[in-house]
Amino acid sequence: MVNTKVTLCGIQLDNPVIPASGTFGYGYEFAELYDINCLGTFSFKGTTKDPRFGNPTPRIAECPAGMINAVGLQNPGVDQVIREELPKLKKVFHKPVMANVSGFSIEDYAYTCARLDQEEQVGWLEVNISCPNVHGGGMSFGTSPQAAGEVTRAVKAVTTKPVIVKLSPNVTDIVSIAKACEEAGADGLSLINTLLGMRIDIARRRPVIANTMGGFSGSAIFPVAVRMVYQVAQAVKIPVVGIGGVSTAEDVIEMMMAGATAVQVGAANLTDPFVCRDIVEELPRAMARYKIQDLSQIIGGIQLWEKT
Amino acid sequence: MKQSVFTIQENTPLTRDVMKMVLLGDTSAITAPGQFVNIRLAGRFLRRPISVCDWDGKTLTLIYKVVGHGTAQMKAMVPGEKLDLLTGLGNGYDLSVAGDHPLLIGGGVGVPPMYGLAKALIQAGKAVQVILGFNTWEECFYEEAFQALGCAVTVTTVDGSYGTKGFVTDALPEHYTHFYACGPEPMLKAVHASTATSGQLSFEERMGCGFGACMGCSCKTLTGYKRICKEGPVMRKEEIAW
Ligand SMILES: Cc1cc2nc3c(=O)[nH]c(=O)nc-3n(C[C@H](O)[C@H](O)[C@H](O)COP(=O)(O)OP(=O)(O)OC[C@H]3O[C@@H](n4cnc5c(N)ncnc54)[C@H](O)[C@@H]3O)c2cc1C
Ligand SMILES: Cc1cc2nc3c(=O)[nH]c(=O)nc-3n(C[C@H](O)[C@H](O)[C@H](O)COP(=O)(O)O)c2cc1C
Ligand code: FES
Repeated sequence: MVNTKVTLCGIQLDNPVIPASGTFGYGYEFAELYDINCLGTFSFKGTTKDPRFGNPTPRIAECPAGMINAVGLQNPGVDQVIREELPKLKKVFHKPVMANVSGFSIEDYAYTCARLDQEEQVGWLEVNISCPNVHGGGMSFGTSPQAAGEVTRAVKAVTTKPVIVKLSPNVTDIVSIAKACEEAGADGLSLINTLLGMRIDIARRRPVIANTMGGFSGSAIFPVAVRMVYQVAQAVKIPVVGIGGVSTAEDVIEMMMAGATAVQVGAANLTDPFVCRDIVEELPRAMARYKIQDLSQIIGGIQLWEKT
Repeated sequence: MKQSVFTIQENTPLTRDVMKMVLLGDTSAITAPGQFVNIRLAGRFLRRPISVCDWDGKTLTLIYKVVGHGTAQMKAMVPGEKLDLLTGLGNGYDLSVAGDHPLLIGGGVGVPPMYGLAKALIQAGKAVQVILGFNTWEECFYEEAFQALGCAVTVTTVDGSYGTKGFVTDALPEHYTHFYACGPEPMLKAVHASTATSGQLSFEERMGCGFGACMGCSCKTLTGYKRICKEGPVMRKEEIAW
């Protein structure tokens, strides 16, 4: 028997497979399709202080081996999430859930995290710092070590549960941001969020997406994600959750070898709604093929080529 | 919703760029005309949403226009080849409010879902009137198919090369109890403005998933935010906010 269990910030997961925020709603669309308790956990839709409609449509553009989305954090707001979504989820999911939080000011983040921290179903807070800072000229919190550290400190000050800061890849040096979050008290890091991308409808000579640009994700970004997970895991002591382009059990193993303690699956859920269940089922077989007994033993376990 | 593999039984042209595809497989998740399927195509990241034109216990008929890479790939497929489909997507049309003389309005590739709807309404004993709108005679399809069901059919062409010259709104009858419409957005807008009764209109949007998970297809309505793929694609006339 192989062991797929891993421990993420003190909470044990049956396996490291986690549907990523924004691709799994609040869980129950998928609970109609399969028993989502087979998952390690899942990260729910990015939740903000106030309800948001998000961006105008079209919000989706297809790409070779991926997609761009500009949903713009559509969500019902933290009050309704606590009042309606979490009770609905409780009926179909019996494990701690990862609460993904977005904000447009430090105060927003602290408020929303403090509210969700009180909820018994929430295991971890995942703080998405890829959002624009409305008081900081619209620059994303995730692009400056200082702003990233400030958000982390503010959230840590008002919460008790493990705080995982979700990093943006749209930066020149992701390691410096990762270290700033670690120093500010983050219990873990997750990466990567989407890469800024754009498509043009050449017949109409205008962007495919109404918002002009959006977040690129899907299998195409897997190598970038593996690289960034590797660089960050090398530089910090806190656990790293690997995200980006994962769609198979082999991808999960590769991400873990790069240094990830757990792995999230995003866009693949949209094109194959059963992909996470299938990865969970395939994982023990894939481990056997690669002679892996205990999944937690492979985290960061690679041997570099000797320099000649 | 169900994910399953279908086998192509027929894939034949109806016009120069509109194809009819008949598929064999598990249709049990399809519950109402106006729903759609989402088709996985080799080498394409996103699935392609296509309306259910007709279905029975084991076959599913789709009618699609070749407009880009994915639909061109579908056109090249031959009987015996397989397709991975998500079926039973969307709300579909509500037949219970049709009244005795419902009016069905389809424009271009908005015609296909009207066929399954007409069939169901006729089975329910309704007198069905249909308006099919096209740009020109070469693009017309399915007039005989609707007539064979027992519908009263009017065809309009924008250039007057066949049927009534003009738009579908130029052929609206005097009397009908409720209307159902599917077609390009300008047509839907015109229908919305020129109809006297209550009605249902079917919308399109770029989709990430097609089953309610990504919020890629949201729209604002007078009764709140809706996902075209889940609470739609059919909207009630009264709730649409243009
Ligand atoms: C609910 C619904 C029902 C539909 N029913 C039919 C039908 O019965 N018959 C028919 O011919 N067409 C129908 N369409 C439109 C059909 O989905 C598109 O024509 C098709 O996706 C184009 O794919 P492509 O690869 O050929 O085009 P490309 O332009 O190469 O596609 C690129 C991307 O854009 C998307 N896209 C392009 N046009 C549309 C569009 N009009 N609507 C939504 N997404 C689009 C594609 O799905 C793909 O993700 C329907 C659309 C929706 C949303
Ligand atoms: C449609 C869509 C919506 C997303 N919404 C969120 C969100 O609300 N919060 C967040 O932190 N990340 C969001 N993401 C990013 C994903 O969680 C993930 O980090 C990214 O897509 C990379 O993984 P992938 O390549 O597996 O999709 C979203 C991604 C997609 C495709
Ligand atoms: S397309 Fe994903 S929610 Fe409608």
